[in-house]
Amino acid sequence: MDEAATPANAGEVEVGSRARRTRPARRPSVVGVLGEILITLGVVTLLFVAWQLWIGDVIYGAERSAQADEQSDIWQEQYEEQLEASPEATPDATEAPAPTEVTAEPVILPQPADAEIFATMSIPRFGSDYHVNIAGGVTRANTLDPIGIGHYPGTQMPGEIGNFALAAHRTTWGKPFNRIADLHVGDAIVVETPDGWYTYRFRTLEYVQPSAVEVILPVPQAPDVEANGRYITMTSCSPMYSLAERIVAYGLFESFTPRSAGAPASLTGGVA
Amino acid sequence: MYAGLWHILPGPWWLRVLILVALAAVVLYALFMYVFPWVSAFIVPQEVTVE
Repeated sequence: MDEAATPANAGEVEVGSRARRTRPARRPSVVGVLGEILITLGVVTLLFVAWQLWIGDVIYGAERSAQADEQSDIWQEQYEEQLEASPEATPDATEAPAPTEVTAEPVILPQPADAEIFATMSIPRFGSDYHVNIAGGVTRANTLDPIGIGHYPGTQMPGEIGNFALAAHRTTWGKPFNRIADLHVGDAIVVETPDGWYTYRFRTLEYVQPSAVEVILPVPQAPDVEANGRYITMTSCSPMYSLAERIVAYGLFESFTPRSAGAPASLTGGVA
Repeated sequence: MYAGLWHILPGPWWLRVLILVALAAVVLYALFMYVFPWVSAFIVPQEVTVE
C-alpha cells in the first residue's frame, strides 16, 4: 500500500543499501502510516454504511425470526406440559383441532414490564417466515433495537377493547415494519401469546406528524370517545430513513384462537 | 504499518495470507456484531414512535 508513498521511499534511501540487501523491509514513515490509517478508517466507514443499510438487516432479520420461533416453541411446550399435568383436560384438547375455526373470548394479558417479551407477531403478507417478538415499551435502547416490536405502555393488550398500539423500525435493526406500506386491506396480522392467537385484519394506512399521539388512543384519532371495538395500531418512520413523519397501519380484531385449537387459518392459510 | 504486519507474520507467504484472512474475519465480526450496533445507537436517528 505504501509503495506509492514518496516519503516512504525517501526514508528507504536514508536507511541505505545495507538494509535493502538483508531484507526488503522499509522503515515506516509517519506519513505512510498516517495514510494507511486514513485508508483503513475510510474502509471501516464504508463497511459501516454497508452494515447499516444491508448486512445488519440480514443478520438481525434472521436473529429476530429465530428468536420468535424459539419463543413460540417454548409456549407450545409449556402448554403441552400443562396438559400432561392435568389429565382431565386432555380429552378436550384431542377433540379440539377440528377443521372449523375455533374461536373464544380472548384472554387479556396484564401489561408487560419494560422489555418483557409477551407476544410474537406474524404477518403472512410479509412472508411465511416473518415472525418477530413483541415486548413492552417503545424505547430504542431496551426494546426496538434489541428485541423488535414494542408495545406502547398503557395502551390496551391483544384482544382487549381499545387499541393495541405497537412501534417498530422500518429500516435498520432487522426492520420489522419494513413492508408496512405493502399491506392489503384484509391482510391478517396474527399476534401469538402463551394463550393462543389473536387475528387482526389490516384496514388502512395513515401518514401523520411525529406528534400525533392521537393514533394510539383507545379509538385511534378520536379523543374522548369510549372504545367499543378492538383495534391494532402499528407506527413506524416515514419516509424511510427519515424522521419527518410517521406511517401508521390500523387493523381490526377478528378472532381469538385458543392454543388448544392449534394455529388459526389466518396464519396457516397464506395470503390471498 | 501493513508492511510491518506482513514482516512480523511467520511462515511462507500462503500461511501469512491465511493468517491475515483469519484476522480480517475476526475484525469484521467484531465490527458487525459489537462496534457498529453501538455506534449506530448514537449517530443514526431512527424515531418510529409518536410522542
